[in-house]
Amino acid sequence: MIYLQLFWEFFKTGLFAVGGGLATLPFLKEVSLRYPWFTPNDLLDMIAVSESTPGPIGVNTATYAGYHAAGIPGALVATTSLVLPSVVIILLVARALTRFRSSPLVQHAFYGLRPASAGLIFGAMFEVFAVSLLHTERWTGLSNLSAVFNLPAILFFLLLTLGIRKLPRLHPIWFILAGAVCGILFQF
Amino acid sequence: MHPYFDLFLTFARVGVCTFGGGYAMLPLLQREIVERHGWATEDELMDYYAIGQCTPGVIAVNTATFIGSKQAGIAGAVAATAGIIFPSIVIIITIAACIQQFAHLAIVQHAFAGIRIAVCALVLQSVWKMAKKGVTDLPTALILLITFAAVAFFGASPVGMVLFAAAGGILIGLFRRPRT
Repeated sequence: MIYLQLFWEFFKTGLFAVGGGLATLPFLKEVSLRYPWFTPNDLLDMIAVSESTPGPIGVNTATYAGYHAAGIPGALVATTSLVLPSVVIILLVARALTRFRSSPLVQHAFYGLRPASAGLIFGAMFEVFAVSLLHTERWTGLSNLSAVFNLPAILFFLLLTLGIRKLPRLHPIWFILAGAVCGILFQF
Repeated sequence: MHPYFDLFLTFARVGVCTFGGGYAMLPLLQREIVERHGWATEDELMDYYAIGQCTPGVIAVNTATFIGSKQAGIAGAVAATAGIIFPSIVIIITIAACIQQFAHLAIVQHAFAGIRIAVCALVLQSVWKMAKKGVTDLPTALILLITFAAVAFFGASPVGMVLFAAAGGILIGLFRRPRT
């Protein structure tokens, strides 16, 4: 029963994704490995679309992933399940929330959660990044290490990173557009 | 206008105008919630937003639910949440359907090969910023390394790692307290 599976996976994501924005990624990566709905590489396309369209990134990626899994009903189920834990938790503890935030226990938990959300996102996307920047399929051993590097892709990646760091106010959509144009021109 | 409908429309407007979520949403919330509707003061909004950050789930959704529930109870929370996700659902479904139609074209595949490299750079930059904010001492550096390695090389479940990090943070915090 695909809708039930979607509900469960995205409910879990909504309940445990802490840190906003890209925090849903590690959970979506796990889903991509466990179910045939989408591949880890599809995740990059989902992020690209989510960053260049209106709406919160977490909601956008959930809708996209649900659509990939089971069309329009899948998108609706995934998105509703993602927000359900938030709604329940906030309704249950709305009155105590201001106190909740300043409690030392929550402060301590976030002391551990902040570095973890960075580690989790990087860990989940590590392999996908490697596939985009390297010809991992050419790997046969250390002797032909140089054949593995996709040099044009790595060069483009470094240029973009430099651009993102030098122009932090520029919206991500412009870098994604640059990626599309250079992809068509240079065929990485 | 009916209060539920008003909540739905207001947050749908915030959803449509937010590109990228997170901090991009704050100025819009300020205009809609504080200036236009008077549903909260500037300070209250900052509080709501901070609470949205320290409850699980998408920050924008948490903030919407919180403001909705303060204004009109459970139904208000549902109306505000439905409002903030409504534009995403419509826009993403439309785009996903279009991309599926054209995904087989060579030019689209080349474009996405380039886009994926751009996404790598963007995500890494976000992770770098999060790491700089989160890693303040040796224990936090270790938590980052452990969660990274567990997920990247040992296929650990992110749920377990989130629980581990929260428990670790609490333990270290309690352990340290007497000394300071």
